[in-house]
Amino acid sequence: MGDLYRLTASQITSGVRNRDFSAEEYICEILDRIEKVEPKVNAFVTVNKEQALNQARILDRWIRDGGNVGPLAGVAVSIKDNICTKGIRTTCGSNMLREYVPPYDATVVTKLQNSGAIIVGKTNLDEFAMGSTTEFSAYGPTRNPWDISRVPGGSSGGSAASVAAQECAVSLGSDTGGSVRCPASFCSIVGIKPTYGLVSRYGLVSYANSLEQISPMGRTVSDAALVLDLISGPDEKDHTTTATPAIRTTGGDIGTGADADKRGLRVGLIKELTAGADAEVSRIVYGAFDLLSSHDCSCTEVSLNAVDYALASYYTIATAEASSNLARYDNLRYGFDMDPEGYEWNTYFAKARSNFGPEAKRRIIVGSYVLSSGYYGKYYLKAQKVRALLKQELKSLYKDYDVLIAPTMPILPFKIGERVEDPLKMYLADVDTVIANLAGIPAMSVPAGFSAGFGVGVQIMADEFKEQTMLQAAQIVESGAGVNRSPDL
Amino acid sequence: MAAARNDGWMVKIGLEIHCQLTGLKSKLFCQCSSDYRGMEPNANTCPVCAGLPGTLPLLNEKAVELAGMISLAFGCKIPDRIMFYRKNYFYPDLPKDFQITQYNAYGVSSIGAEGKLEYIPGAGSGADTGGKTARIRRVQLEEDPGRLVYETGSMESSPFALIDYNRAGMPLVEIVTEPDFIDPRDVRIFLNKITSIVEHLGACDTSLEGSVRCDANVSVRGGNRVEIKNVSSFKEVEKALTYEIARQKAKSDREIQVRSETRHWDDARKVTKESRTKEEEQDYRYFPEPDIPSIALGQEFLSAIQSLTPELPDDRKARFVSSYGLSPHVAQVLIDNKQLADFFESCAKINRSPKEIANLIVTDLMGLVGDDKKDSGAIFAGLKIRPAHIAELAGLVDRGVINRNTAKQILGQIVKTGEMPSEVANKTGASMIQDADSLSKAVQEVFRSEQAAVQDAKKNPNASNFLLGKVMQLTKGRASPKAALELINKKLKEEQARPD
Repeated sequence: MGDLYRLTASQITSGVRNRDFSAEEYICEILDRIEKVEPKVNAFVTVNKEQALNQARILDRWIRDGGNVGPLAGVAVSIKDNICTKGIRTTCGSNMLREYVPPYDATVVTKLQNSGAIIVGKTNLDEFAMGSTTEFSAYGPTRNPWDISRVPGGSSGGSAASVAAQECAVSLGSDTGGSVRCPASFCSIVGIKPTYGLVSRYGLVSYANSLEQISPMGRTVSDAALVLDLISGPDEKDHTTTATPAIRTTGGDIGTGADADKRGLRVGLIKELTAGADAEVSRIVYGAFDLLSSHDCSCTEVSLNAVDYALASYYTIATAEASSNLARYDNLRYGFDMDPEGYEWNTYFAKARSNFGPEAKRRIIVGSYVLSSGYYGKYYLKAQKVRALLKQELKSLYKDYDVLIAPTMPILPFKIGERVEDPLKMYLADVDTVIANLAGIPAMSVPAGFSAGFGVGVQIMADEFKEQTMLQAAQIVESGAGVNRSPDL
Repeated sequence: MAAARNDGWMVKIGLEIHCQLTGLKSKLFCQCSSDYRGMEPNANTCPVCAGLPGTLPLLNEKAVELAGMISLAFGCKIPDRIMFYRKNYFYPDLPKDFQITQYNAYGVSSIGAEGKLEYIPGAGSGADTGGKTARIRRVQLEEDPGRLVYETGSMESSPFALIDYNRAGMPLVEIVTEPDFIDPRDVRIFLNKITSIVEHLGACDTSLEGSVRCDANVSVRGGNRVEIKNVSSFKEVEKALTYEIARQKAKSDREIQVRSETRHWDDARKVTKESRTKEEEQDYRYFPEPDIPSIALGQEFLSAIQSLTPELPDDRKARFVSSYGLSPHVAQVLIDNKQLADFFESCAKINRSPKEIANLIVTDLMGLVGDDKKDSGAIFAGLKIRPAHIAELAGLVDRGVINRNTAKQILGQIVKTGEMPSEVANKTGASMIQDADSLSKAVQEVFRSEQAAVQDAKKNPNASNFLLGKVMQLTKGRASPKAALELINKKLKEEQARPD
């Protein structure tokens, strides 16, 4: 033994189920691994050591007694720290929630636990998921496992790093404007943002409600797809899921599933996005394009005109919603230790709320501005119109194409601290990913190659609820790219 | 008072009425009970209504139905699609620091809009010719905030405030009228009608403290609008408006501009006061609630709520007039308070003398109800009265066993003890004196003691009423007035026939 921590989710479950090794042995190895690499990576805000070990032991006893186990039995998962876990501190990477312990589990957490998964910890993120580097966390920056002087991407940088550094098998992140796909690309793993409404948001601490989805991450397409299967489906606690068809992505068996389309996929490459990327990135995207071609896919370059306005629309809507969502953090009901004695409430609120970090403050201010009376039509309403146009344009493209591909990130991972002072430049890097969030369509990043030692992800987008098709394309890219490596840590 | 009419002062009054949907089992966006009153502070909360991070609102469909029924009752149009908005402002009683409400500035999406409601103004208000109409601007569904509790009962003197979120998330219907009222008395009549409607719909138990609240805005001569808040009852709304109109007129007379502001009604001193806290121009940054997708209602919803709507006050009044033969006025008094109307019908089921029953309730029983309870849903609180009492009492009057005057006295006793009317009548010997012997004795005695009046009555037949009054006095009201008057007239004729 000694390298159980490297296994994929399906390998772990079958190993535990067949009693090749115990869940306890595996979790112990994972915890050792975490202890070893965390000083370099800082992927976790909280490691759930005792509870994880306990759960592993209970699972082992259950299996010894002949009990049935779920499809993620024994698998170590990490959960982004903006997804509520009962009894485990959930900080959102913020000082505002430094001592906040939720009294309830997010729906996805319950679903994972019911399928036998073991939560090993809560992962680092940009404060309230606002950022693309995981530098804006009150708990220190997370480092890219491939080069710890560089950012892992964000905001789910802790989740991506924990998966890439083999501190867990799979992770749940959240994707509001690329927050799962960006770090998946930078850390050379798979990240899937599902169709809006496919996965319950109950228990996900809201940043921008109309854009975000809880999103699975794994080292392989099938691992991420397996988790997606388990967490998707209508939830009576989330109105935005109720109109959702229950789809199955057939987990680890995508390419040969009964639904698999034998005819080659129709693939469109979005010209504007590929042209706007660094040369190295665009080279790898075209590589994936050729690979799909050689797998009987018909590949065409296409235009997406609304791209020009997507970023402005995204930042208007996201900040507007954020400014309202973050209002409740006034430290009156929960949060951190600060005595209200002697304050008039307005002063107390102001003092407590000064504990937000710079990026959260920036977005609250921008969002308040775009919603203020007299500006609603000029900004928020206009942004919604762009969003509708974009949806329309994509809808008509999906009549002719099964999937659209583009870079996930237009750039390679940069040095920690390099862009912190230039928020606008940082926002520009989200141009490829925000499209799927605005349109509500599924999108994923899959490793497609390496450049200068860094993974580069290709982004695959499909029409609403066409996750199955998207995953088929992803598996072709994954199998052809041959990028199955691990970072040296 | 005449000045309150539209005599050049151009008084304009608009109302904002908040009505809790206490008829629902749970809150607007979670499963917590709507019956929060009397609970230990903050015991009636869950992660959703406490606004904990990550929670999402789950719309109570029954609340949409009830609000739809209310909208229909107020003659509102119901749009095909409704939406919820966030109203953003910081306040400690607001768990999320925004309120989920509805908003029509970007297109009508509230449950009701553009309605109107007729009401019958009281006597002497200058429009005795018929009904008046107030236009309803909108009806909207929203959540109630929590409550700030001050140890000493007042913000000024308490060293700290406590927050109770038990109420947070209670379903609330806000009814906003156009500024169509010119007379504070009409406002009170209108508010009684609204109360009666929500009671008939089973939407709101208006006897619960704070279940119905009203803010009013008022201006004179096209001047600035003043908002009046903190008014505890509908009677107080009338007083507050009367005071405020007088205040604004006085200013206007001296050519001082009325400031646009919010004033609070001081219940103790009966004046409106400037708000102590400085009211800033609030920017609520409304935008559509992303967690509640817009809701398509359509014809199916309309048919459903139409079929669910029970008999409303106007229809019930018409039925009271046509089936029970009540006068429109008496029917109106009964209908204005659902409890009273229900009580009447319970009595009428036991004893089919509806007119006598209605008379006993409207004139005699209401005389025993305290002023503070007249507009409330707990109208008989503290009175030991049941429908069986009134039914039996009406029967006794109808059969001539007692007269109405006696009935009134007996009623006074019943409400204290809860005894049956026949018991009281027997105990006090209150039954009417019908036999000719006792009656003629009484008449003879009056004729002896009231010589002058007898002489008078001989010339003027109307004066015999005075003699009747004396007979009634002598018999402590137990004489049958009809029989007594016959005897008096007979005796007067005998006296006339006799030479002086």
